[in-house]
This record gives sequence, structure tokens and C-alpha cells, in this order.
Amino acid sequence: MNDNLSSLVGEAQRLFAVAADAATLENAKARYLGKNGLITERLKTLGKMTLEERATAGARINDAKQTIETALEARRAELAEAKMQAQLDADAIDVSLPGRQRGMGSVHPITYTRQRIETLMRTQGFAVADGPEIEDDFHNFAALNMPENHPARSMHDTFYIDNGLVLRTHTSPVQVRWMENHPPPIKIIAPGRTFRVDSDATHSPMFHQVEGLWIDRDVSFADLKQVLVEFLRLFFERDDIRVRFRPSFFPFTEPSAEIDMAFGEERWLEIAGAGQVHPNVLRAVRLDPEQWQGFAFGMGIERLAMLRYGVPDLRLFYENDLRFLRQFT
Amino acid sequence: MRFSERWLRTLINPPLTTEALCDCLTTAGLEVEETSLAAPPFSGVVVARIIDVSPHPNADRLQVCIVDTGVATPLQIVCGAPNAAAGLVVPCALEGAELPSGMKVKRTKMRGVESQGMLCSARELGISDDHSGLLALPSDWKTGESIRAALGLDDTYITLKLTPNRADCLSLLGVAREIAAFTRAEIEMDEVSPIVATSDLTPSITIEAPEACPRFASRIIDGIDPSASTPLWMEERLRSAGVRPISPLVDVTNYVMLELGQPMHAYDCARLEGGIVIRFAQQGEKLLLLNEQTLDLSSDLLLVCDEKKPLGLAGIMGGEYSGIGAETSRVLLEAAYWSPDVIQGRMRRLGFVSDAGYRFERGVDFELPPIAIERATELILEICGGVVGPLVDVKGKLPERPPVRVRTARVSRLLGWTFCVDDIDQIFTRLGFAFQRDGEDLIVTPPSYRFDLVYEEDFIEEIVRLYGYDNIPMPEKTHAQHMLSLPEAQLPAEEIRARLTHQGWQEIITFSFVASETERLIHGADFVAPVRVHNPIAAQYDVMRVSLLSGLLEVLKTNLSRKEPYLRLFEIGRVFHAAIADHVSQPYRVGGLAYGLAQPEQWGTQARAVDFFDVKGTLETLVAPRKLTTETFHDGHTPYFLHPRRSARVLAEGRDLGWLGELHPRLIKEMDLPAVAIAFELDYDLLLASSIPQASPISRQPMARRDLAIVVDKNLPAQKLLDTLEKIRPPHVENVQIFDVYQGTGMPEGKKSVAILMLMRDTEKTLTERDIDETVKQFFIALEKEHSAVIRT
Repeated sequence: MNDNLSSLVGEAQRLFAVAADAATLENAKARYLGKNGLITERLKTLGKMTLEERATAGARINDAKQTIETALEARRAELAEAKMQAQLDADAIDVSLPGRQRGMGSVHPITYTRQRIETLMRTQGFAVADGPEIEDDFHNFAALNMPENHPARSMHDTFYIDNGLVLRTHTSPVQVRWMENHPPPIKIIAPGRTFRVDSDATHSPMFHQVEGLWIDRDVSFADLKQVLVEFLRLFFERDDIRVRFRPSFFPFTEPSAEIDMAFGEERWLEIAGAGQVHPNVLRAVRLDPEQWQGFAFGMGIERLAMLRYGVPDLRLFYENDLRFLRQFT
Repeated sequence: MRFSERWLRTLINPPLTTEALCDCLTTAGLEVEETSLAAPPFSGVVVARIIDVSPHPNADRLQVCIVDTGVATPLQIVCGAPNAAAGLVVPCALEGAELPSGMKVKRTKMRGVESQGMLCSARELGISDDHSGLLALPSDWKTGESIRAALGLDDTYITLKLTPNRADCLSLLGVAREIAAFTRAEIEMDEVSPIVATSDLTPSITIEAPEACPRFASRIIDGIDPSASTPLWMEERLRSAGVRPISPLVDVTNYVMLELGQPMHAYDCARLEGGIVIRFAQQGEKLLLLNEQTLDLSSDLLLVCDEKKPLGLAGIMGGEYSGIGAETSRVLLEAAYWSPDVIQGRMRRLGFVSDAGYRFERGVDFELPPIAIERATELILEICGGVVGPLVDVKGKLPERPPVRVRTARVSRLLGWTFCVDDIDQIFTRLGFAFQRDGEDLIVTPPSYRFDLVYEEDFIEEIVRLYGYDNIPMPEKTHAQHMLSLPEAQLPAEEIRARLTHQGWQEIITFSFVASETERLIHGADFVAPVRVHNPIAAQYDVMRVSLLSGLLEVLKTNLSRKEPYLRLFEIGRVFHAAIADHVSQPYRVGGLAYGLAQPEQWGTQARAVDFFDVKGTLETLVAPRKLTTETFHDGHTPYFLHPRRSARVLAEGRDLGWLGELHPRLIKEMDLPAVAIAFELDYDLLLASSIPQASPISRQPMARRDLAIVVDKNLPAQKLLDTLEKIRPPHVENVQIFDVYQGTGMPEGKKSVAILMLMRDTEKTLTERDIDETVKQFFIALEKEHSAVIRT
């Protein structure tokens, strides 16, 4: 009888193992554990046994039953897992196919550069200001210490509009407009379009400048150096950048400086014009130069972009060839 | 301004290499724009004299020259130059010489005759383009001397890019003064001593406009030898400065201008009728200038005249009667100080620039005229001889140079670096300024040659210029930092760009000026009163754009020609409208143009052409969280360039933002586009208006959805249905939207079916079936009443 029971267990285990699907497995289960299953039948015989016999036989039969149930559960799990696996295999996709999309556009490289300039300057507390592109003579010239017939006007080849209006030749008029409407302290940059009658490989009749202006009680020439040097270092993210300040002339600043920069031992490149705001400019907007002082600077955005991103020709910015523009995505 | 380094070094010779000298100038604010060699490198060329010339036995065009090159044995050289003649002194390249062309001179046979060197033209030495014959040298030059030394060719031409404030450096003397201040080297220049008159000839000078001509120095020199020629050294120096040598008298006046900075004029006394008169022109007067331009004079032009006629434009350019001729033997010299006011702006108006005018409008040293006359006299006597009349120096009210107080504390405060009064004292001394000390202040008088020193700040620039911009260290002091404001009721400036680019749109930047022709094509009769550019850079940029469309179309066409299948372009920029009087309105707009496929071509997606609703969808995301609506234009108000049945005004919460639509088929055809394009243009500032989010409670109740399919008139805009429902929408209806529109088979003629879904949820209670049905019923009744809607069956 002992042998009989263990061979029954062995037989059940073998049968479960070969059951290829859930239905076959459940049939096999019924053969042993069903209402008239072989194990169930054995359990029914216990009632006819003596108490002593029943204790030992019952334990053995229950052991056998438990072993069979364990085998059954294990096989059930195996089959479920196999089914899941088959399902997953059937779900397979080709992940190497490209994603579905409507494309990614980009901002223009000049915008991209301007945004970077703005972000850097904001961290130094410079707000962003804006002004009109068609300007009057006062804001573009006279208030900037360039009265009519001033020879410095010949540095600005100007586009003229009706009624003495001009296309602004620089972003400096934004300084004047801002100072007219905001009491100091003033700390702004003003990026924007500017226009001059000039067109070749290095000049575009429309180009972009960014103006800077910081007016307070004692903002000095040393502060100007600090702001510009720091800006150039951070903008270009290069340790080998060299910056040089040399005397120059702008009617609206005194002292005036031209700022050159160079990477390593490469040649000097003009990158900005700057200086302490001229007392006549402060007076034109009714600020007392004894009380308020500060600096202004101007940089060409195209220049910065060309140096930073290796753009060889200014004209690429305005041809708007998508093959060029997409490089800034 | 360009000049020869050797010339400069005759005035001041600091122990600096050419490169260091140029660095010094640039650091001083006199930017060296370019340096170039006076002549390209070559070697082995000497001064030689042709002793004898005989015809070549085998060639008609060649001659055999016997040449003295300063050594015992003369050389035999075959030469083809037409001017080869016995006695001529010329450059000779010896055997082994290397010429600028790279050619090496060898002993050779030419048509059977031995040639032991080569006689050279100016071009062969790289000095000029002259190749008409051998370069003729002065006959007294010593043979055998290196030609480079003899002609001074080991020289560098330095070009300065001078700023308008530094007119004082438009001369060798001016540049030398700067170098003296920076290097402490000394200027080696003889004082010009007054020349004793040897004749009584005295010019008569009448100044009718004393404010315009505060000083006029003059002298007559008589008995000049008209056959004299300008010495080679002077010609070379003039050439180094880009001035063409003409004749001794003209060359001397130009030389003095370059050397000292005083523009001069020499008049042939034989052509003068009476004395010199300085006056303003009369309306209607005419003047033929030396540049052969005839001027109709206006009364703000100052003239130098004689008693009968105008001679020239004062300080700018002489006229036809002002020149020096080949026979001139008696000359009147002019060295004047013209007030910059009467020169400024005139040349720009006349359309030319002269060396004299360029200097006078910036300011010429008003103490210079008599000195220049003496210097010119000295040179003329040296070259042409003659007898000298007395110097006449008519002086009126010269410019004032009021002293300026320079405060040490102010200098330190403006520069952010502490200076002491002794530092400033030293700098002013180096610059040769006259000043007095007053405690910590200095009271300084600007020199007569400086027109840019008016304010204390101007002197502060001088101080830091000499101190060195690069020697001002970074500040130690920091300023109080303030945070920037961040207004939240407005979208961040770059948000619109971000929303567009993330949906596949590409930003472009085009010129603000466009072609009026294109604008007229786009806007038709609506294109009125554009803002014109008076002096456009090219005809296709003659007006300011009235919308962004023409730039977008142009870029579209450029890229279409490169076979781009999917184009979404946008630009943000100002457009320009001439408004009343002198005011131009110039609002910012965002404009876009969509062309080609609705999506980039890709697998798994049906390719189709972009349409109105693709672009409308983009605009909806631009104005979110505000709701965008579109309304058709009133009849006759559709812009000329839009398809009248496929275009609309764009509004957000009732506010007009701009327009959207398919371009008119006529424009598509005129623009030669192969397919339709969808465009939009919205006001940028209105687009940025937003609101600060305010949280409202979230309901925990379940949501109910009901769909309502109705049949309405085909031409009824769907928005009208939504508007009707919005008017009566109870709070528990969260959302109403259209999810299907159908017309065609199965629909009665002229009708369409619209399917509307309604999402309902109360914040407080669970809605009952009755609540829900009642709401749907009310909605339908409203639609039935206002739009004759019937339930679709």
C-alpha cells in the first residue's frame, strides 16, 4: 500500500508535467483530487480503519495529497507564465521604427543668442527693455550728444523716413527712452533690430545690437569692465579668453572704450563699444551728473553668434535657409 | 589716415619696434587699422648708371647697355625698355638678385648676347604699377648703393582709424605728440622760425564773415621757378599718405597739411582780380569746383573770393580759378581757421569729402595758420626759390578754451579706482596741458589743437587713457542687488516662441523693409500710405512692411525651391503703419505660414495636406488657457490676400487678435506656389496677456456623459450652437464640445449633422438620471428654438 501511494504521487507529478494546457492539467487534477479521484478514494477508506491505523495512514495520504497539490500549483503557474509569455511575444513591436511626430521647430539663431545674453544679464540684475525701430532724431541722435551736423553722425549711415524720422542706427535710443520714464537706479539691457546703409559680407543693412545701461550713484568704469569681462567669459565658456579695453570715441559716453577679445593667441576681435554715460546725455533726460553716473555698452548680436557658433558669413542669418536654421534646434 | 613709419620716426623715434609702436598707438586710442610694407621684399638691386647704349645685333627691340654699378668693371646688360639711354640712372638687379615676383636674376644670353643683370621698372620692384620704362632715378645718385636704402623702401605704411574727436591726430605732428605722451620720447622738430620778408608784396584780405573765419594767414611769394620739381623724398612721403604728387606748390601745401595738420591753399596771383574776400555765397551764384562739379551755391556756404568772383568753397575745395598752373610764378598762400560750424554737414550735402573739409569740420588748431605759412614758405624757397612778402595774419575772435576744474575725488569715483592728485599732475604734464593745482583739484586749460576737451569727463578720459584702460583693476566694492520683477499676468516673453517651436514651427527673421511691389501684390488696393524708406539699400527694400506676410512668403519660396515638403514658418517682429502726422505705429506681430503636409512624412500616418484647422489648432494652444474663437469677416471686409470662404478673424475671449486663413487662390497663383498655404498674423502683445491661475475645488462626484446628435442648416457655424449652449449652461455642466460633423449621404439636402457631447458633474451631489435628462432636454430645446435643430434619427 505504501508503494502504491508513492507511485500514485509519482504518476500524478509526471502527468501534470506533460499537461500542455490548463484543460489537460485540470483533467489530470480530477483523476487524483476530484470527487472520485484516486486520493479522494483513499481518504474515504480511512473511516473503516482503526484509530491507530487511521492516524498513520491519514498522515501518509494527506502528505501525498499535499505533494500532489503543490505539483499542481507549480504547473498551473508555469502554464500561466507560458501563456503570458506567448501573449507578450505576440505583442512585439519594432522599436527601431522612429517615433510619431509633428516635427520640432527652433528659434532663429539670433533669437537663440539673444535669449542666452538676456539670461546671463538677468542673473546680474539687468532687466530687458525695448523701444521703437523707427525713431525720431532726438532719441537716435540729439539726446545722445550728437547734434545735427556732428561729424560723429557720419559714423552712422542712416536710413531716412518721412518727417525727419529714421530707422534707428543703434539700440542706444532705448537708453534715452528708458531714462525719460524711469528714475534711477537703472539697470537694463535692450536687444533689438538696428539699421544702417551698408551691405557686404560683414555688414547687413539690418542687424541686431544689445545695449546695456547701468545708472546709480557710483557705478564706475571699473564696474563696466567687471560686467563685460564676466559676461564674455560666461557667454563663451572659455578659460582662454582675453579681453582688452582701449580708448575710443562715442558721443554719448566719456570715457569711451572699444572692447576687443581674443581666444588664446588668436588675433584681437572687436566685440563691444562702451563707456561712462556722457554728462550731456544725463542732462538731456534731466538727471544731475553730479548725483548719478554709470555706464552704457553696445554689442553686435550677430558677431557674438558668429563667434560662438562658428557661423562664417553674416548673410546666412537672413537667408533663412531651413538647413541652416535647423542646426539651432 | 596713412603715413610712412620712417617719416614719423624723423619727428619722434622711440626705441620701439614697428609692432610695439603700433600697439602703443592702438592703446592710445589711435587704432592701427592696417600696416603694409612700402615695397615687397626683394634683394640685390642697386643704383646704376647707363654709360653706353648700342643696338642689339639680333633683335630690333633690344638694346645692349653698358652699366656702371659702382664696381670697377661695368656690366653688359641687354634691355628692352624704350627709355634706356646713356646717362640715365636706374635700378639694376645684379646676378643673384631676387625680385618681388620671385624671379632670380642670372647671367644669361639673350639672342646670343650676354646679359649680366637686369635693369628694372617700378613695377618690377613692386613700387607702383608703372611698367612704361625703366624707373628713372635722380642723376646725382651714387651708383652701387642699395636701391632699398636709396628709395627708403624698408618702410612700413601705417593706417590709423581715427575717431571723429581726434582731428588733432590727422597729422604727423599730432601722432608724434601722442607718442611723446605715451613713451616719453621727445619730438625732434625744428622750430619754424619767421622768415624775413624780401619783398613788399602784401595780400589784401577782407573778411566779411568774421565769425566764420576767425583767422586768415597769408603771404605772397614772387619769382618762383615754375620749372622746379618736387624732391623725391617729399613725393615719397606724400605717396605714403596716399596723396598724389602734382607740382611743387601743390605738393608743399599738401605736405604741410600732412606734417602739421593745417590744410592750405596756394593761389596763382595772375588769376586773381584784386584782394581776397571771405563772404557767404549769394543765392544763385555758381561755382565750378576743381573736381569738375558745378555747384548752385546756397547762402550757408562760405566762399573765398577775389573782388570779382568766387575762388573756392572755404575750407572744402577750390574752384576753377584757384588752381596753380605750369607758369605760376607769383603765389598767394592761404592758411585759415574756419569755424567748424560753417563746414559741418556741407560735404555730406554736396556728396563728396575733401581732406581739408574733413579736418576743418572736426577742428584744426587755430594757432597753426601763421606757423604753417612759415613752414610752407621755407619749403617753397628750398624747392622753387623766390622772394617773400610779409606774413599777414588777420585775426578775429578765436575759439575760447575755458579752463576746466578736474576734481581728484570725481576722477576716482567715475573710474572706480583711487587716483591721487600727483598721478593726475604727472599725466597732464606728459600730455603738455597747461594747468594749475588747487588743493586736490587741477584747473586745466585745453590746448588749441584739442577740440574734444570741454567737460571734466573729457579730462578723466585723458587720465585713464594715459594710465591705461587695462590697468584699472576689477572693482572690490559690490553694489546692492535687487531682484527683477516677474509680472505673472503676462506670459513670459519667450513662451509664444516655445509653444510654436514645440509644435514644429520654425522661427525666421527677415528684413523690416520689403518691396512695395510685393506688398501691393499681397494687399492690393488696401496697400495705401506705406512708410517709405527714402534711401533704400536696394529697390526691393523700399518700404517698411505692413505685415509679416511678404517676408514669410519669400522665405517659403526660397525653401520650396530646395524641395522642403513640410513648412511651418513664423516670425515675431514689428510692422509699420503710417498714422497721423509724424507718428508711425509699429506694433509687434507674430505671423505664420504653413505649407505642404499636415505632418512631416512618416510611417503609420496617412499623409495629407495642411489645412485651416491644423493651424487653428496651433493658435488655440497659443492663447491657452484663454479660449480662441474665429469669426468670418463681414462681407467685403476679408483682407485682399485671404480666401473669403476659408479665412476668419481670430479672437480670444471676445478680443480681436488678428486673422487666420488660406491664402487667396489669386495670390497663390501670382506667387507661383504649387499648392495652398495657410497664414496667420496676431497681435503679439495681446497674445501675451494672461491671468494668474486661481484654484477652484475639485468635485468628488462621478461624471456623466451624454451625447446629442442634431441636424441643422448646413451653413450654420458650429460655434453658434456652442454659444447658445454656453448662455444657458448650468454650473454642473463641465464641458460641452463638438465631436463629429457629418454631411452627405443620408442627410437631407442643405443639412448637416452635428454631434455634441456634454460632461456633467455636480460639486456637491451625485446627479440623478432625472437631473441629467432634464439638462439634455433644456439644451435641445434651446437649440431647437434658436437654430431649428432636430434630433438626428
